[in-house]
Amino acid sequence: MATIPTTQKAPPPRDQLDFAFSDCREGINAARTTTVPQTKADMTAKRTMPKPVVPPKSAGKKNGRTATAESMAKQQREISVSEFFAKNRHLLGFDNKRKALLTTVKEAVDNSLDACEEAGILPDIDIRLKQVDTDRFAVTVRDNGPGIVKQQIPNVFGKLLYGSKFHRLKMSRGQQGIGISAAGMYGLITTGKPIRIVSRTSSRSQAHLYKLAIDTKKNKPDIVADETVDVDWAHGTEVTIELEASYNKGRQSVDEYIELTAIANPHASFTLHPPIGPTLDLPRGTETLPDETKEIKPHPYGIELGTMMKMLKETKSPKLGAFLTNEFSRVSSAVAKKVATQSGATASTWVSSLEPPTIEKVYSSLQKTKLMAPSTNCLAPMGAEAILTGLLKGIKAEFYTASTRPPNVYRGNPFQIEVGLAYGGELGADKHDDDDTGKNGQDRAQSRVIRFANRVPLLYQQSSCCTFKAVLDTKWNNYNLSQASGAMPRAPMVILIHMASVWVPFISEGKEAIADYDEIRKEVKLGISECGRRLNMLLRRKKRKAHFAKRRDVFTKYIDEVVNSARAITTINKEDFRKSLVSLSRKYTAQADMEFDDHGKVVKKEIVGNDMGLADTIIVDHEAPAPSPETLFGDTGKEKSKSGSARKSKKRKKSAKRKSR
Amino acid sequence: MAKKKLASGATKKTAKPRASKKRASRLKGKDTKERIAELARSVVAMAEREQDPAIQIPVRSLSNIAYNEKSRHLEMGDNEQSRSFFNFGQAKRFMQTLLVASKCNDLIDIGKTASIRQIYYLSKHTIKGTKEKTFDDQSESDPIIEDLEVAVDSLREQLHVFASNRGNLAGPITLVDDGNTLDCAAMGSAGYAVPSIVEADVIQFKKCKAKFILHVEKDTVWRRFHEDRFWQEHNCIVSHGGGQPARGMRRLLRRMHEELKLPVFVLLDNDPWGYYIYSVIKHGSINLAYESRRMAVPEAKFIGVSSFDYDRCDMNDDVKIELDANDIKRAKQIANYPWFKNKRPWQKEIKKMISNGFKMEVEAMISKNLSYLTEEYVPMALKNKKLWLD
Repeated sequence: MATIPTTQKAPPPRDQLDFAFSDCREGINAARTTTVPQTKADMTAKRTMPKPVVPPKSAGKKNGRTATAESMAKQQREISVSEFFAKNRHLLGFDNKRKALLTTVKEAVDNSLDACEEAGILPDIDIRLKQVDTDRFAVTVRDNGPGIVKQQIPNVFGKLLYGSKFHRLKMSRGQQGIGISAAGMYGLITTGKPIRIVSRTSSRSQAHLYKLAIDTKKNKPDIVADETVDVDWAHGTEVTIELEASYNKGRQSVDEYIELTAIANPHASFTLHPPIGPTLDLPRGTETLPDETKEIKPHPYGIELGTMMKMLKETKSPKLGAFLTNEFSRVSSAVAKKVATQSGATASTWVSSLEPPTIEKVYSSLQKTKLMAPSTNCLAPMGAEAILTGLLKGIKAEFYTASTRPPNVYRGNPFQIEVGLAYGGELGADKHDDDDTGKNGQDRAQSRVIRFANRVPLLYQQSSCCTFKAVLDTKWNNYNLSQASGAMPRAPMVILIHMASVWVPFISEGKEAIADYDEIRKEVKLGISECGRRLNMLLRRKKRKAHFAKRRDVFTKYIDEVVNSARAITTINKEDFRKSLVSLSRKYTAQADMEFDDHGKVVKKEIVGNDMGLADTIIVDHEAPAPSPETLFGDTGKEKSKSGSARKSKKRKKSAKRKSR
Repeated sequence: MAKKKLASGATKKTAKPRASKKRASRLKGKDTKERIAELARSVVAMAEREQDPAIQIPVRSLSNIAYNEKSRHLEMGDNEQSRSFFNFGQAKRFMQTLLVASKCNDLIDIGKTASIRQIYYLSKHTIKGTKEKTFDDQSESDPIIEDLEVAVDSLREQLHVFASNRGNLAGPITLVDDGNTLDCAAMGSAGYAVPSIVEADVIQFKKCKAKFILHVEKDTVWRRFHEDRFWQEHNCIVSHGGGQPARGMRRLLRRMHEELKLPVFVLLDNDPWGYYIYSVIKHGSINLAYESRRMAVPEAKFIGVSSFDYDRCDMNDDVKIELDANDIKRAKQIANYPWFKNKRPWQKEIKKMISNGFKMEVEAMISKNLSYLTEEYVPMALKNKKLWLD
């Protein structure tokens, strides 16, 4: 099939896939949660698959080959999505055994978190990896979510491209409805074992157990077992997939994935039972669920003309004015009227009567019209405090800061970038600490980027990711860190980047790297700069402190010499002279004891109480007992920020500990 | 060869024109010991007043040098630098200055003298509680001693410090050195070694038959003249200062010139350093400008080696030493010194060297034959007044 390249090196352009997938619209009415009642008819509705494209092969006969249009037509037939992905499993993140294990866990955990959050439940996720054979593992993920109604289970887990999340513009971890079924399919292909699902919707009902195989030809679930079982949990879903895999620790491992997920989801608790070694227990850091997100309509900015034409064809609004106001966000009837008039039509022009040139005019005048940015209630950024909580929980550093950018739009999709930064502490020595050792920083820690999209950690393809490129683009030298050109800054630092969006533009179905849109990269860079500036203040402060401490040392060192010399020359009171020199040395190096403001200038003692006065920043003194997240943020969840940083800094005041020398 | 070290370091200069006069009046009539005590007391007093303790030290660099047209020697100006303790860059030198002052004070108390190297060892010790030494190298303590000299306006010998002997002389002169009568015509192959302190209380002139003094740059050249008994034949004193002459040598030249009325002729390498040595003998050095008034020999004449000698004496190519960028820079600097600036012959001389593009050592003359220097070149130069540079 010529239209879909099959190598990972050249992933299909997003638009192409989007379009192919959106043809499956009819018949799929998403259902995963109990809140959306489903009819049997919906479920079993006939699905249309993308039509295969006939390759242009007109020149066949000329060079003596025998294929004719007719003979070729015999070989041309529909390809099921399942078949396609069974062959191209790397597109979904099943390139090798190690990655297969990670992807399986990831898909299951993502689904669990999404389900819990939509139902307003604080997630408790239990992950169990059991080694069945040398390279065969059974992955079991259980959540305390709302469960799945019995009838939907086969479709959700046994069918590719079936899900609640594809057709809406709403922020969620899953997007396409491929993930978990693909994992099940991979398990089936490699081990022959069906996927096992146990789900219970409430303590009043019994749990259902399904064992499903996927019929790849028909992209249809194949029910192997269907029974009711007794379980000791009230509600939730448990998925078990047996697959060929290998388990490792370290980078890009399941452990790392869970740890990072816990950072990005401080409201969730995770328990990981690895095949060997102790259980990894990551309790939640906050009791506050992320804000619920709303579905939104696309925003006119950045939407393509073709997409708009498709929307015109599908709209239920008969007139142009209604179409514009109903199908897009931020288009008021006044704006719709203006746009219509500008393009030579009126608000009451019938949509069906619009000619392509007029549509083009409507499109371009929409782009020119000044519109409000898309509403942001469709986005649930983690928020600076959650980022700080997560970082504090997962990374032992000295300095933490976080920044949430205002929402922005790419291709009509709202998105929001958040950046967190952890520096120093156990991450490694800091160049400002060991300046005198003459080390050239060879053994100094490299900084590390941890990437998240809608709270899901991205572990692979770092270098192709937009966010990583933004890190390299940033001039870290401006923030007192050393950086070779085009390289990562050399510093004990973890940079967290989170993109929240109703549709995260991944460069492949494996959801590993974010596509490089200018708008996204720009926002990431702005977020990094904000954090970088705050870090710079810390570094500058440390530098100045060290500087003055060094001076004081020098003076102190020579005081006795000066006193003795003076005493040898003439009769003086040695003690008085020494005392006055010591007090003078304090006076001249007083800055070693002082605190500094944002610009590295001295802050007077009275206002020193509350750290550097930086918003969304924590400085931890590791010699003091570790602060617990509760003491740091206490009552944050309830009062929603209007007063912004003023409120935050007040809170810091009582909790954040100053770094002692 | 000791190249001139200018000011003792990168201390901040503060121009306080009247300070030195104040200092002079403050110190007037007091002996050195009292002046050192004054210095220490003022430091203590400043600390008590919660001021940064500081020592005022006259600036010893070109910027604080004036050429006195009348007396024809260099004079130190009134600029002082303040060396304060609570200045990160000066703290150590402040401590060192007081330390050296206390050691000089000790020397005065016990009535002994010490060499500048001995002062270095006397003052050097590990600072309590650290691994740092008060001095790491003699090159640190030497300028401190000079600083102290100017700060308390006392001569080195008054601080009971002397430098190592440098420079020798030979010739028909009899002098008394520390009570011993010495005939400098009978001092063997090494001649009379000139001590660091040559004041009248140490050295007295007893008898002198010499008519003039020929001062050469260094030992090797001096040995040529001594071996060839040049001083006998020409009835003169031949001396050398081992490069830039130390204070002992210079002071002795001045005393012989002044007290015995002997004219002084200098024979130096044809390079910028040679020019500067001439300038030091004649007008005094920039670093020790405060000593010029008792050391300079303004009547001294430069008899060679001149840049024009290459052509005049028909030298061969092999004696050329190419000038490097540093030489040229230094030559231009010297040409710009006020006491060279208005002398056309000197400007011509320096310009010629730069245009030659090479320099020559005195030994170049030996390349013709071993005795060319002592038997032809110098006698001719001494006779021909036109060849002298003033």
